Amino acid sequence: MAVINSTVAITGMNAKPDNPGPGLAVARCLRESADFQGRIIGLGYDALDPGLYLDDYCDASYLLPYPSAGNDALLDQLQLIQQREQIDILLPCLDAELPGMVRLLPALNEMGFKTFLPTSEQLRLRNKDRLPELAKIAGINCPQITPITQAGFLYKCQDEGWSYPLVVKGLFYGAYVVHSADEAADAFRKIAAEWGFPVLVQQMVKGEEYNLTAVGDGEGSLLGPVMMRKMAVTDKGKAWSGISIDDQTLLDASTALAKAICWRGPLEVEVIRDQQGHYQLIEINPRFPAWIYLSVGVGRNLPLTLLQLANGQMPAAFPATKAGVLFIRYALEKIVPIAEFESIVMQGRRHIVDNSSTQSEVSGNEPGNEE
Amino acid sequence: MEQSNEMKPSSDSDLFPALEVLNRLAVSESGFVFDPASGHNFTVNETGLVLLRLLLKEQRLDQILETLSKEFDAEPREIERDVIEFISTLRENVRG
Repeated sequence: MAVINSTVAITGMNAKPDNPGPGLAVARCLRESADFQGRIIGLGYDALDPGLYLDDYCDASYLLPYPSAGNDALLDQLQLIQQREQIDILLPCLDAELPGMVRLLPALNEMGFKTFLPTSEQLRLRNKDRLPELAKIAGINCPQITPITQAGFLYKCQDEGWSYPLVVKGLFYGAYVVHSADEAADAFRKIAAEWGFPVLVQQMVKGEEYNLTAVGDGEGSLLGPVMMRKMAVTDKGKAWSGISIDDQTLLDASTALAKAICWRGPLEVEVIRDQQGHYQLIEINPRFPAWIYLSVGVGRNLPLTLLQLANGQMPAAFPATKAGVLFIRYALEKIVPIAEFESIVMQGRRHIVDNSSTQSEVSGNEPGNEE
Repeated sequence: MEQSNEMKPSSDSDLFPALEVLNRLAVSESGFVFDPASGHNFTVNETGLVLLRLLLKEQRLDQILETLSKEFDAEPREIERDVIEFISTLRENVRG
């Protein structure tokens, strides 16, 4: 396999322990691969995104403007970063930024960014409000789901066959398990305020959570699938521990989905095995999950596969599926010099501080350089 | 024994987990058992380990009970009760 020397920009450097973004894990997969010798540029949206400060994984870090700032602000910042870092490949890792990035692809390509992303149509086809159709394609079940724009539904839904508990979800992010109409209305307002309309209401399914991640080649094939069962979750339902599995039903369902949508890029299929032993399709996420480092654990480094595809290379053959590999997540504190934090807050760009002198490397203020 | 076979079904497929399910289980000497399809793990004691290995070779309850009766000093009825209880627990822990 040819060693990749590309400079890669990765978004999603938020890594809050109870709900981490995937960016840091993607960076870790690449950094630990002998087949990747390039540079990694971490991109975040908040000055407290931990990945921005982790120089084991990011050679440089920048803030991006929030999507609400508009396309021009995003393109301006990416242009500035591109001029400094000469990035070859851009790997967006967050659901919410994907529609915008896909729309901006011509401009991004013109700036020199290579990507391996789904099309707008593919993104639309896997929207959460289309889950029943997708579940049919996959040959599995799906909990009842409906988009709503008014909280009134939550007070009369029981007349229409719904029953609490329900899950109130945002189109991109956010999910609350609610047990009453009042609780649901509260969740509806929070989700709408953060993620806009429509808000989705899904019938709660009790059971065990299973996930699959892979890369779609854009021609209907699913590359390097990695499956896991969640063994422990955070209060937000995010995997804190999991174990790789080899389950033909989940694989067949995911393969059928990728084929039907001709999915291009990374994806995560989330299912719940209900108390009757049937799989229920919960979500299809258009990105790697935060537990993507398990792909390294089972010998299928999927972020590396994505880079190969973005570079126009044919990915190497994958080793056989390996069940029984665990991950257990943990949280660490990173000590950050105030000057680095300041540079992120004030300039949107991290200045690496030399700990021995406590002076900024980038600003050239080391002793001896002052004159 | 032949008479016994006439009275009982020749296959106890309703009782046992499917052979393909049992075959896929990763069973270690320590008694740690992992089901690669469901991701579940559980533990069995020494007797359970003997029984699990027996189940991989033999899917007839009467034969299993006969083998265990020779190996363990216990009343046949007690052995049968324990075996059925073990198989029931096993079915709960593996995906059929």
